[in-house]
This record gives sequence, C-alpha cells and structure tokens, in this order.
Amino acid sequence: MLGYIARRVLSTIPVMGVVALFVFLMLRLSPGDPAAVIAGDYATAEDIARIRERLGLDEPIVVQFFQWLGNLLQGDLGISIFTNLPVTTLIAQRLEPTIMLTLTTLTFTILVAVPLGTLAAWKAGSLIDRAVMIFAVAGFSIPVFVLGYMLIYQFSIEWRWLPVQGYKSIFEDGVGPFFRHITLPTLTLSVIYIALIARITRASVLEILQEDYVRTARAKGQSETKVLLRHALRNAAVPIVTVIGLGVALLIGGVVVTESVYNIPGLGRLVLDAVLKRDYPIIQGLILLFSFVYILINLMIDLLYTVFDPRIRY
Amino acid sequence: MASDSTTLARPIRRTPATGTVLDVRGLSVELPANADRKYAVEDVSFTVDAGEIVCVVGESGSGKSVTAQTVMGLIPRRDLKPVAGQARLLGEDLLTKSEAQLRKLRGERMAMIFQEPMTALNPVMKVGDQISEMLEIHTDMDKAARLKRVVEVMRDVNLPEPERLVHSYPHQLSGGQRQRIMIAMALALEPVLLIADEPTTALDVTTQAQILDLIKDIQRRHGTGVMFITHDFGVVAEIADRVVVMQHGKVVEQGQAKMVLSHPEHPYTKMLMASVPSLEPPQRTSLSHAEIALQTIGLAKTYVAGGWLGRKRTVKAADAVQLVVRRGETLGVVGESGSGKSTVARCIVRLIDPSAGEIWLAGHQIAEINQGALRPFRRDVQIVFQDPYRSLNPRRTVGASVIEGPMNFGLGRAEAVARARDLMQVVGLSPDALDRFPHQFSGGQRQRICIARALAMEPKVLIADEAVSALDVSVQAQVLELLDRVRNEFDLAMLFITHDLRVAAQVCDRIMVMKQGEVVEEGATAEVYAHPQHPYTRALLEAAPGRHVTFGAQA
Repeated sequence: MLGYIARRVLSTIPVMGVVALFVFLMLRLSPGDPAAVIAGDYATAEDIARIRERLGLDEPIVVQFFQWLGNLLQGDLGISIFTNLPVTTLIAQRLEPTIMLTLTTLTFTILVAVPLGTLAAWKAGSLIDRAVMIFAVAGFSIPVFVLGYMLIYQFSIEWRWLPVQGYKSIFEDGVGPFFRHITLPTLTLSVIYIALIARITRASVLEILQEDYVRTARAKGQSETKVLLRHALRNAAVPIVTVIGLGVALLIGGVVVTESVYNIPGLGRLVLDAVLKRDYPIIQGLILLFSFVYILINLMIDLLYTVFDPRIRY
Repeated sequence: MASDSTTLARPIRRTPATGTVLDVRGLSVELPANADRKYAVEDVSFTVDAGEIVCVVGESGSGKSVTAQTVMGLIPRRDLKPVAGQARLLGEDLLTKSEAQLRKLRGERMAMIFQEPMTALNPVMKVGDQISEMLEIHTDMDKAARLKRVVEVMRDVNLPEPERLVHSYPHQLSGGQRQRIMIAMALALEPVLLIADEPTTALDVTTQAQILDLIKDIQRRHGTGVMFITHDFGVVAEIADRVVVMQHGKVVEQGQAKMVLSHPEHPYTKMLMASVPSLEPPQRTSLSHAEIALQTIGLAKTYVAGGWLGRKRTVKAADAVQLVVRRGETLGVVGESGSGKSTVARCIVRLIDPSAGEIWLAGHQIAEINQGALRPFRRDVQIVFQDPYRSLNPRRTVGASVIEGPMNFGLGRAEAVARARDLMQVVGLSPDALDRFPHQFSGGQRQRICIARALAMEPKVLIADEAVSALDVSVQAQVLELLDRVRNEFDLAMLFITHDLRVAAQVCDRIMVMKQGEVVEEGATAEVYAHPQHPYTRALLEAAPGRHVTFGAQA
C-alpha cells in the first residue's frame, strides 16, 4: 500500500520534468527570433534587444535551460514583460477566484451528476432516463459562452435576481455576496461537466447492475436503494472518479471563457490577457501551474482508486 | 450462542422445518413475445422436503435456472411472467407475494448460492461485511452480535481462522473459500430452503468434492431442504436424494436418485447419462514408433512481478516440462487451475515466450527464434480455445474467419473458399454456414467452426485448450468424437488440455498430470487411471464426482 503511494508520487517527477522541458522549448523552438516574436509587430530594434537580454537569450540554450530550471525550483517563474511584476505575484493575485469557481463547480457537479446518472441507470429506459440523457446531450452541445449569456439575460436582466458580473471574495466580502456572484458562473461552467459525468455514471452503474453480486445482494433480500448505494455505486466509482479527474482539463478550458463572460479577475483572465499580449513568462508560468495541478489531480485519483477498490491496493 | 439469544429480536436457531418445504405446482413462465418458444418453463411440478437434496438436472435452455429464480423472485415479473401454477414455500404461494414480502423471505427463509463465487461476491466489500449484511437486513442484532454470528457461520463452513478472514476481500481468497463464504452467507439465518445454482461448476475437481461434502453435511445437520441445480450427472450421483430432469422447460422425469440413476426411463435422461464420459479409458494402440511431431525439453515459464520499490515475487507457472507428442497421438495435459497446463500450451504456440527450455517442432527448435522466423511455423500448430462464443469475431462471417489464415499464408481466395467448404463437411456443418455469422450458431456448432478454422491451416499439431469444457454434455460427446476423428483422418498430433478426468480418459492415448507448474505423473492413459503413482493423481481421481457410478459413454 505505502509502496504503491510512494511509486505513484515518485512517478510524477519525471512527468513534471518533461512538461518543464516542453514549456522551456516552446519559446526557443518557435520559428524566428523569440525576442522579436515576443516584442510583436511594432517593436523597435532596441525593444527586441532589451527583451533578448532580459530573457537571457544570448546564452547557449543548455545554459539557459539550467538557469531557468534553477529559478523554477526556487519558485521563480520570471518577470512579466509588460507589467514588470514577478509572474508568481501575478498568479497569486488571481488565484483565489479561480480556485473558488473550480471548487463550487466541482461540488455542484458531483452533487447533481452522480445522483442523476444513478437514477437514470436504475430506471433505465424510463422517461426519467430519457430526460437525463437528453439533458446530457444538450448540455454537452451548448457552448459555455452562449449558456453564460443566456443565464445572465434571464437571471440578471429579466428577473434581476443575481448580479450580471464581477467577483466578491468569501474572505473579504462575506458569504452572501460571494454566493450571489459565484452562482451564475458556477451554473454556466457546471452544465457541460454535469452532462459528462451523469452519462458516465449512468453507463457504469448500468453495467454494474448486471453483475452477479448485485443479484446476490437481491437474493439476500436487500432493498433496491441499498443495492444501488452500497453495491452498485461503490463498484462504479472507479470510472466515475477517473472522468471527474480527466474533466478537470475541460474545466480549465471552461474557466477561461467563463471568467471572461462574467468578468471575474481570475487565472482565466490572466491567460487571456497574457496570450493577447504575448507575455511569454506569464504563459509559461500558467502552463506549468495548470500542468502541475493536472498531474496532482491525477495522482489524487490514483490514490482514490485504492480507497474504492481494494484490489488495487495489493 | 444461547447466551446472546436474549438480545435478538428473533432467535436465529429455529426448530428445523419438517415435511414439504418447497412445493412447485404446474408452474409456467412465459417468455417475451420475440423469443424462440412461448414458455421458459411449462407445467413444472416438484417438491423439496426438509432435509432432502433434490437435483434439478438439465442442459442449457432447460429452464432449470428460470425455475429457481422464479421461486426466489429474482426475475423481474415483467420480463419473465409466471402465468400459471404455484410455488409454495412452507405452504405460502410465493407468486402472489409483493416485492416487499419477497424481500423479507429472501435470505431469511430461502437463500441462494451461485455458480461463480468470484463474481457473486462484491469485490469491494470485506467478506465478513457481506455475510453480516444478511443479518443487518433481517435482524435487529447489534454490530458485536453480528460479528459473533458471522464468525460462527464461517466456522460452520470450515473456513480457517474466521476471526482473521472476516477482514479479507474476495480476491484474497481461493475459489473454494469464496464458495464457502457464499454458503456461510446463505446459511447465516438458517433458511428452510437453499437453492444452489451450479455451485461447483466453476471449481476445481478436488475443491468441488469438498464443497459437495460441505453442502451435504450442513443440510443434514440443519435439516435444510436443498434444490440443487446442475448439468452434471456425476454430481447428481454424489449428492442427490431425488432427481428432477428438465428439457426445453418441461420436467421429463423425476424420482428417487437411485432409481433414476440405475433405471432411467425417459430417452432424454438415458441420452444425458450416456453422454457422461466414462472414467474407464478404452483400449488404445500404442503409437510409440510414430514420428515425433512436437517435443519440449525443460520448458519453463517464470513470471516476475513487482520490483521497482515493490516486493519482487517470482512465480513458476511452468517448470522443466518435458513432453513428446507423436503424429496421430493425443497427449492429455490434466490439472487444476493454476497447474500451468495452459501456460505450456501458450508457450508451445509462442503466444507467450518461454523463459527457458527447448520446443522442437518438425525438427526445428522454435523456443527462441524471433517472430519473423517463427512465422512459417505458425500454421503448423493450431489451437482451439475453450469459449467458442468469444474466440470467433462476431462481426465477420464464418467464412471470412476460416479463410483468413490460409490466405495469410499465400493461398488464393478461390482455393481457400473451396477448402473451407470441404472442411465444413468434415466438421459436420453445411457449406452454407460460411456465409452466416457466429451468433447464428449454437455453442457446439461454433466449436465445430473453430475446429474447421484450425484445420484450414493444415496444421501438424492441434492444441485443444479446454475445448469442450463450456459445452453441454450431449454436445460435448459429439465434439469429442469429432476431435478424435479429425486427429485420425489428418494424422494430427493433439495436445488435449483439460481439467476433466472423464473427458481425458476417453480421448487421450497418454496423460500428463500437472500440479503447480510441474509434471507429477506421465504415462499411458489406461495405466495412469488404473495405477496412479503420484498422490495428487490419486486425489484427482478420488475427487471425480460420481466415480462409483458407471456412465455409458466411450468415445
């Protein structure tokens, strides 16, 4: 068991290393002079020279890599070209809204999608099942920005229940304002995710319900609810958890759009701004951060498997 | 036990029931409209008395499992509707009970054990908790009392160290232990009726003997009525008090086990009993001078698991295996699961690479040559697998599957098709079969197709890996006869891998007994069966169910 955890944790190190290498090469291997690329179309020769010097692009590439890696390991992601602030500071400023939006979305999604999918599987072929499946297809098909504006129109402009945009911190502004502002973005971001997870839950519970041990549970005289919760759902958990984890990648993409629609000052907005301004140090820093989070989540999922399925523990 | 019975809402130890426990009268169950017949079971009547084992015998599609599951109320009534008759448990008709009433009776008054204990137990729940669940559903016992009772019933089914075993998961136990857990679970509340649906079919023969003994012993001690479903007349001979024979959903014969076994009346019963291969090997002429087709010297396969931060474990799946098969000869490789018999077959076909040793095929050593050099030898060794449902591609016609191999080796399409048509006749099918898909055939027909597919390659060696184990006994006899005939006709060397000593007795010239990767005994079939040398061989022969009854079939 401990060996398994140690193995999983250690195996993330080479993965992170490969990601770091790619992020580093991303700028260096792009065609043309990276300094000119960063500087953009209207830069003067001095601008380009200044950028080249700042990024250390005069040094041999191997030296550059180790310098960069050394800084990285000390938590130094470089300096933003446009704001002249350290990238770590910029990220730290924008971290809270994104983390909060991700957490509310994940929680809401799991609370809705797993019961919905289980219900659909249990009542397979019924009206409920069909309704859930139609919702899943629709939810998966509708683009985040379309849904976002539809919700804003209905809830904020027509009914005036919720604010149109913006973000309030749960720590500084209190719980009420926080939830008033985060509700619509959470709904927007959740729909596609609920669609995905409800579908997977349905499929995997449906499969488990055919298993012999479900028949055994019924032969014991167990009630249908307990058959579902105790026997089916726990066995179906591994594929469900896998998709929840993989879906985090989807979530990162969704965050960028959702934050733009609702004007939330989070990492998504930072990504967008950095890309538009070709602020490479920020882009690199964010890619590293997102990769790191993604790897971390996959690690957590691997460890969660062992909680759900004892066969993986040994 | 007596001390804590005061804490129970209802005492668990009841006085055993007497008289008739289960009374099925004129039961008919309707199949859905699009099925190939109207009734799954039709006008079925039989009884099970307390303290009695009634074997319900039949082949697949006989309706024996439907009958059992109808009694248990495990089939949704909208799919398979009981349309006539009664199923009375202690006088009360189960068919008129509501779902909630049935739930209460299930587990408490009637319990069921199933064929495959690995899949019948929840893999993510400790076995102790799974037994305990039974008590949790039906009694008010607290946690401590439940644990106590769980340990008690586990001890009752002879599980070692029950206090420790309650915390195990199913995958940590052996097949026999898992089935004991199932039995402990079923008996936890001392039901009056135990329905056992092929409970030993998936088990090794020595384990099967132990489980049969256990069921007999427990039912005698507790006076349980047992409805025991099986397809195996050997098992019937071992444990049945009475026998009910079913065919196509109807009861064709029933009576005292001794009577039915000694004087079967219905032709179907006679046919079933005649199809059980005899443990007496027939006379066979020795082929010791024929050309050697296949030989292995010191063949071994070692698996290394773990490593890299984990504990390293090595498993010797096969060790120092020497075998010789001559043209026209059948060598039987017999053993229980984990004995390494399939590993040997897979090494010979080079589906897996052996760790050591030599494989000689038609004068060439093929154990270590690379895949490219191996290719010309591929056609010389063909294999027929256990499960014909899964070894044919369901989306390709039979013809496409049969001609694929020869065409890979350069035969033109027209010739390949012509050969396939001939082979269809050799295996007893019409040449039209080539245009149809696997799902349009029965299990036996599919296995015939698999044999034709193997023969299309014109092999020198044919490996049959449990090739008849998944088939009904009447079909099994026919496929065995076919295998023996093609071996003769094509002068094949056949490696016949099986766990079934009855089958091996009928088709093998020589027998090799394997245990835990090693060959423990080898010799002429008649000699090995008459004078087994190794204790393990003796144990295997001892454990063969129904060995005291002589059944008809000699292939």
